[in-house]
Amino acid sequence: MTTSPDYSQTELIVCAASKMLADKRTVFAGIGLPTLAVDLAHRTLNRDIELIYESGVAGAHPEAMAEGIADSVVVSGSESVVSMQALFGYVLQGGNVDVGFLGAAQIDRHGSLNTTVIGEWEKPTVRLPGSGGAADIMANSGEIFVIIRRHDPASFPAEVDFITSASPVAAAQSGDGIQPQGHGVSVVITPLGVLQRADRFGELVLTHTHPGVTVDQVKEATGWDLQVADEVRSTMEPTVEEVRLLRDEIDTVRLYLR
Amino acid sequence: MAKDRVLPLPEAIASLVRDGDTIALEGFSHLIPFAAGHEIIRQQRRGLTFCRMTPDLIADMMIAAGCVDRLVCSFFASGSAGSLYEIRRRLEDHDPAPLAVEEYSHHAMVLRYHAGASRLPFIPIRSFAGSDLPKVNPDIRLVDDPYGDGTTYVVPPLNPDVTIIHAQRADRRGNAQIWGITGVQQEAVYAAERVIVTVEEIVDDEVIRSDPNRTLIPAHAVDAVCVVPRGAHPSYVQGSYDRDNAFYRMWPKMAKDPQRLREWLEEHIHGTADHEEYLAAIGEEQLDSLRVASKPSQPVDYGRRLLAAANEGEA
Repeated sequence: MTTSPDYSQTELIVCAASKMLADKRTVFAGIGLPTLAVDLAHRTLNRDIELIYESGVAGAHPEAMAEGIADSVVVSGSESVVSMQALFGYVLQGGNVDVGFLGAAQIDRHGSLNTTVIGEWEKPTVRLPGSGGAADIMANSGEIFVIIRRHDPASFPAEVDFITSASPVAAAQSGDGIQPQGHGVSVVITPLGVLQRADRFGELVLTHTHPGVTVDQVKEATGWDLQVADEVRSTMEPTVEEVRLLRDEIDTVRLYLR
Repeated sequence: MAKDRVLPLPEAIASLVRDGDTIALEGFSHLIPFAAGHEIIRQQRRGLTFCRMTPDLIADMMIAAGCVDRLVCSFFASGSAGSLYEIRRRLEDHDPAPLAVEEYSHHAMVLRYHAGASRLPFIPIRSFAGSDLPKVNPDIRLVDDPYGDGTTYVVPPLNPDVTIIHAQRADRRGNAQIWGITGVQQEAVYAAERVIVTVEEIVDDEVIRSDPNRTLIPAHAVDAVCVVPRGAHPSYVQGSYDRDNAFYRMWPKMAKDPQRLREWLEEHIHGTADHEEYLAAIGEEQLDSLRVASKPSQPVDYGRRLLAAANEGEA
């Protein structure tokens, strides 16, 4: 497998996510980098992987690059479209999703995510999009993959401004007496490397740094004392074939690759 | 003759939407009832509690127009297109006035409509453990599980005074058929006291009855049916026209400037008498770019009793 001579950071992130989907069955994802990762995994590693959109569509066969999870092209020719009640109730809360992809403005050491506000909720400095389905996806997916395009202490703070989607640790600490159905965040892919959480009640651990990035750089960019794996590996670089698939077959119009 | 519920949209809004109402305009990216929202702006309704899972541009428009005092929703952005700046100004700067917000997750909103439609006192949900959302929304409550040792979060029913949806087609009585993304429309309709369905076209009873499974909204749940072709623009109607992505990309750039947003409302909504004039202002060229090619389903065969078919043959 020859390494691509000119891959971008986006392609590196997508390929890293794709490799982690080798043994997953159903994936709940929004349009964008997660969809590219699932599509690439389907073509290279995992013929059985199935993508479910929040709009209720499963088994999409879009004839053009979709602009959003509810684009008419994801509906035409798809295998099924179900109501929101069936999607969030039976598909998601019913326990049929292995991996949910989420983004976040902030993430803490246990993988609690903030997509609600920067500052105070009552009068925020920045009003973010809110939960959407995120709080439900976190509580009910087998595990959560996070792709986050900034890695600095503001995005990886010791304490997030607001917990929209809670880790199992935050759920336990709250005293609600309820645990999420799944593991919470298991993988975080950032512009600097890959963090993983093997223990359901453990912290994120740095397992991979991207080519050219040092462990110290990642620790400095993180707002808490980041745990580091005994053996930190270099993120696998995209191959010529992976980059060809992404550019020539998956995102031919460069809507998300850029 | 069965009840005919066809009304012009302005009459339906005038008679069924009142100041201070709790109104739901549903449709998940698909079939958003924009024309009805615009008519509410034209008729200057005030003090509305506006319910929608994903507020979308229609919320930005109706809030900027002064129709809305309270927002009940689970998302505050416009899908792929970015921020809703009128909402952000209200929440971040209280400019030009604060906006009351009841914030949920998507599943919680779905369940609230379901509980409303089923007239349940509350409904359990497996989300929210450890989340800060219950801290800022006292209506998301933790209760003891009456059947076990544990606890569960619950959310209250949502019963709008009026629900408005857009559909591909209906008959004159209001049997409305929807295909593509069906979202939460059925639950939102049954949860409401009064229901307006805007449609791309009115079709003969025989068309509806040739495929009864496609009728998501039976006529008994409907108070008014309004024929509004392209009534979901700039959102889309599966099989009829595509989403106006250029409009969606333009919106946040424009709405970032409150003055320009208000000028747009003045010109395109207050300055137009009805949806036909609104479409004319958008322009034929832009609308023409949203055409889709045909991709029909294979008809299903519902069958019929042999005897009935034979009798018809003799007659």
